[in-house]
Amino acid sequence: MDLVHSALQGDRLALARLLTQVENETDEGRAALIRLFPQTGRAHWIGVTGAPGTGKSSLVNQLTLHYRREGRQVAVLAVDPSSPFSGGAILGDRVRMRDLAGDPGVFIRSMASRGSLGGLAQATAAMAQVFDAVGYDILLIETVGAGQGEVDIARLAHTTLVVEAPGLGDDIQAIKAGILEIADILVLNKADRPGVESTERALHSMLSLAHPTRRVVRHHGRWETVNEAALPTSEQMWIPPIQRTVATEGKGIVELIGHIAAHAEHLRRSGEWAARERARLRSEVEALLQKALMARFRAAVPQAKFEAVLQRVHERSLSPWEAVQLLVDGRWG
Amino acid sequence: MTGKKIRVLVAKPGLDGHDRGAKVVARALRDAGMEVIYTGLRQTPEMIAEAALQEDVDVVGLSILSGAHMALVPRVLELLRANGQGHVKVFVGGIIPDEDVPRLKELGVYAVYGPGTSTEQIVRDIREAVEGVVPQA
Repeated sequence: MDLVHSALQGDRLALARLLTQVENETDEGRAALIRLFPQTGRAHWIGVTGAPGTGKSSLVNQLTLHYRREGRQVAVLAVDPSSPFSGGAILGDRVRMRDLAGDPGVFIRSMASRGSLGGLAQATAAMAQVFDAVGYDILLIETVGAGQGEVDIARLAHTTLVVEAPGLGDDIQAIKAGILEIADILVLNKADRPGVESTERALHSMLSLAHPTRRVVRHHGRWETVNEAALPTSEQMWIPPIQRTVATEGKGIVELIGHIAAHAEHLRRSGEWAARERARLRSEVEALLQKALMARFRAAVPQAKFEAVLQRVHERSLSPWEAVQLLVDGRWG
Repeated sequence: MTGKKIRVLVAKPGLDGHDRGAKVVARALRDAGMEVIYTGLRQTPEMIAEAALQEDVDVVGLSILSGAHMALVPRVLELLRANGQGHVKVFVGGIIPDEDVPRLKELGVYAVYGPGTSTEQIVRDIREAVEGVVPQA
């Protein structure tokens, strides 16, 4: 059976098997990616990230339901962590996505992070390309429960949603580097919980610090934005909106979909859509190049010689920097 | 950490709400290095077969304590085959009367586990079952 051909015809079993080949980085998977690549570049890739328990999966469930009402074909890639000890994983995101069962316009695939540290798995980008190529127009990528440094999703997705919930931290957390910086849209989920006001305030103050062309003030209990200087660049600039949601009840989802559409429109108008695509493809090529060069290099250096150099480093008679210089110059003896 | 991993769907079909056993097994399989897709309570056979397909699993584990196994299990097997997933190994755990076990195995269930089964046994059986599977492309 030709998996690529069948998957392009809409065969779901072929698609599932193709995804496995790509995830396991087999030769067949790579050959499939090469064939599918010209068909990619059509889907809107939307990343959903945030701390564990903020409601990412429930939000993905609701977003998918709404996109389906618009007649869009939706693929979901949900990443959960692999155990650093056993390499096994429990992938539990489907538990919150049971509303999507039985809909042939939805395809959900769970994947384990398999040792990657950036909140995604190594094969996530490649699997996303498969979905893109076979005709899904909305691709929701849910990261592992992310803390502060798991920001790979921002390099992958066109639009990144960072999901927050009340009561997870004070405003110092909000101004730390990392996850909030990558948000194109901030989602304040569980907005029916106590503490939502102070969390929203912290997020607002973070945004006003990050985007000094606009100032957000509280005026008669309403948040308002003041343009300090009508700089021509401020029109080009995307200020991440903050959207309250209660994903379990479907509240705020229509508004969130509106923000996502506005962001896509902004990316296309400003030329940033193409810029992001170019940056992503560049880093993909660089990563593959790094891997290939490393493999070629290791194949060229006899294992015993490599070990001998390592041994000298271990004995402190050679520093790691000198060792690398020696190996790169081919002077391993 | 790339390369082939055993993928297992752990599902609870039917209406009973007791998922402790399923969670214990899921955890044990995780600790044995498998990737476990956990789908939660009250799954219909259709939902289970669909998830098994999308996730391209090697194994489906069904936990049933409601007594409805003779209705639910054959339906899951039938749907898996209809979807082209006849190669998927199906395991059943829960409260299954002894006299039903031979019939379930005849239908194609790989193994049936009652209360007190060790998780080591389950891990061993799954490994054995999957290592015999030749992935068909």
